[in-house]
Amino acid sequence: MAIADAAVRPAIRQHGAVSSFLLRLLREKPLGAICGAIFMLFLFCGVFADLLAPYGMNQINPLNRLKAPSWQFPFGTDNLGRDMLSRCLYGAQLSVIIGFCAAGLATFVSIVLGIVTGYIGGKLDLITQRFVDAWMSFPDLIILIVVVAVVGPGMPQIIVTLGLLLGIGGSRIIRSAVVSVRENMYVHAAQSIGASTGRILWRHILPNVMPPIIVLFTTRVGTVILAESGLSFLGLGVPPPAPTWGGMLSGTGRTYMFQGPWLALAPGLCLTVVVFTTNVFGDALRDLLDPRMRGSR
Amino acid sequence: MQAYVLRRLLALIPTLFFASVIVFVTVRLIPGDVIDLMLSQNDIAADKLSRDQLISALGLDKPMWEQYGRWVSAILFHGDFGNSLWQSTSVRELLFARLPVTFELGFLALIIAVTMAVPIGVYSAIRQDTAGDYLFRSLSFLMLAVPAFWTGTMVMVLPSIWWGWSPEVKYVPFTENPLQNLKQMLIPAFILGTALSAITMRLTRTQMLEVLRQDYIRTAWAKGLNARTVTVRHALRNALVPVVTLVGLQAPLLIGGAVIVEQIFVIPGMGLLLIDAVTQRDYPIITGVFLIVGIAVMFINLVVDLSYGLLDPRVRYR
Repeated sequence: MAIADAAVRPAIRQHGAVSSFLLRLLREKPLGAICGAIFMLFLFCGVFADLLAPYGMNQINPLNRLKAPSWQFPFGTDNLGRDMLSRCLYGAQLSVIIGFCAAGLATFVSIVLGIVTGYIGGKLDLITQRFVDAWMSFPDLIILIVVVAVVGPGMPQIIVTLGLLLGIGGSRIIRSAVVSVRENMYVHAAQSIGASTGRILWRHILPNVMPPIIVLFTTRVGTVILAESGLSFLGLGVPPPAPTWGGMLSGTGRTYMFQGPWLALAPGLCLTVVVFTTNVFGDALRDLLDPRMRGSR
Repeated sequence: MQAYVLRRLLALIPTLFFASVIVFVTVRLIPGDVIDLMLSQNDIAADKLSRDQLISALGLDKPMWEQYGRWVSAILFHGDFGNSLWQSTSVRELLFARLPVTFELGFLALIIAVTMAVPIGVYSAIRQDTAGDYLFRSLSFLMLAVPAFWTGTMVMVLPSIWWGWSPEVKYVPFTENPLQNLKQMLIPAFILGTALSAITMRLTRTQMLEVLRQDYIRTAWAKGLNARTVTVRHALRNALVPVVTLVGLQAPLLIGGAVIVEQIFVIPGMGLLLIDAVTQRDYPIITGVFLIVGIAVMFINLVVDLSYGLLDPRVRYR
């Protein structure tokens, strides 16, 4: 029954599924729901930063240098008189772009690698897994630093590197889900009526490993944002004057923090809140969508 | 046991091979114009090295497979990682000087993380769903989310504004003054260990919860053993095995984080060496650090695998 159920579930997903899922989230995981809402707010701020920001991201005003937080400048101003609230909002925009593009690419790479190696198995799987082993013995940040050292800093490079980096590591999670789905009766049934490998992967395997994929994507957004800000902090991310949250905590701004501690507060708080909410939201999603993965992180 | 160790070492060979290929190919992706950039950026060195000399120093004038062969055999048979492009020091010397510093930092971070995480995880499991449990669980999420470079920055900035105190940044080697060195390393190690501590705390809790429901725990209670013996000797020892694996798997997290922490607190370890090498585009150093870090992580994982037997007598190596 359980097996049949799992196979049928994606097919009968109808209209009210999303709203009933949201209701379940609200009822069973209130904290997760709150964090999900904050996460949506962050998305909203990122997408509409141009409309929300009261000042330009690099609008310099020497008269307003290092102003403490006030009604006019809720997050204060920096050493060039730039409004910190506006910079944080534009920082959210950069984080949204990098976070979603890189997490999307990472998830895509994980799906392709995980499904192909998990389903086909054999020598291909064996060799790929040794490669993944080797790949995972390098710390993310070190690979990022080395790649940036070679190809130079910039948004496209960071998105592609982070996407590949996290994609290869994450393929393990998808692969293990595929390995357990592969042995289900409906897959054998599809094989026996002569369905092509592509069709089996697309119509039978993929829909049934969707829950871990959704969870992987959500948590990856947080990981990417954190990694990118670490790189920007080291001065190897998106080059200044782009207002990245990590970049705002480093560089010339650092020398002025002793006079204006709010320079250190605002970007760090934004980062922490966003990563915190993605983690809690991702965990709540995992508990609801995929009970098997509970406590696996 | 010996056969097992041998097999594990043999299994390491393909992984090491792939790792060396990853390192080699990544650094070899240098676009041609970077050579010109390197020459223009390093004015002092420019007259020492001509364009052709630089290309041959980087080994870019030979076919790819030959470059790889030379590079690997130099490391394997002579322990030779090449020389720094701009200083005349050998990369091996630099690595040997910096490795112990990062190792100390990581080791301290690990100890701090585990000594914080395990008792809290056990407490959370025993007092499941109490206020204390919720508090620690929320705390662990927070610790995962706070970036080390932010806490590091705050530790540098806030105490200096409030009390005129800031952490010492002039590095004192352990061999010179152990006490001063440890005092200096404590804050960076604490910050570095935060994320690891959070993950360990959560896993210890889930594992303890699972183990505490086992039959032999009920038996232990029924025998009339006191709570301490049941939780520590019977439950914790069994719950710890996956925790040890996790801590081993998180070695990259510590080494990666060390780069940032070393940068903030100006600790002359591998991370600072790497960042300096990146700003100077000193590729032999970058390659050396990259490779050594990968190898270090692999051996840490091996040691973790071998330590199962000490923790869990049921594990037999065959």
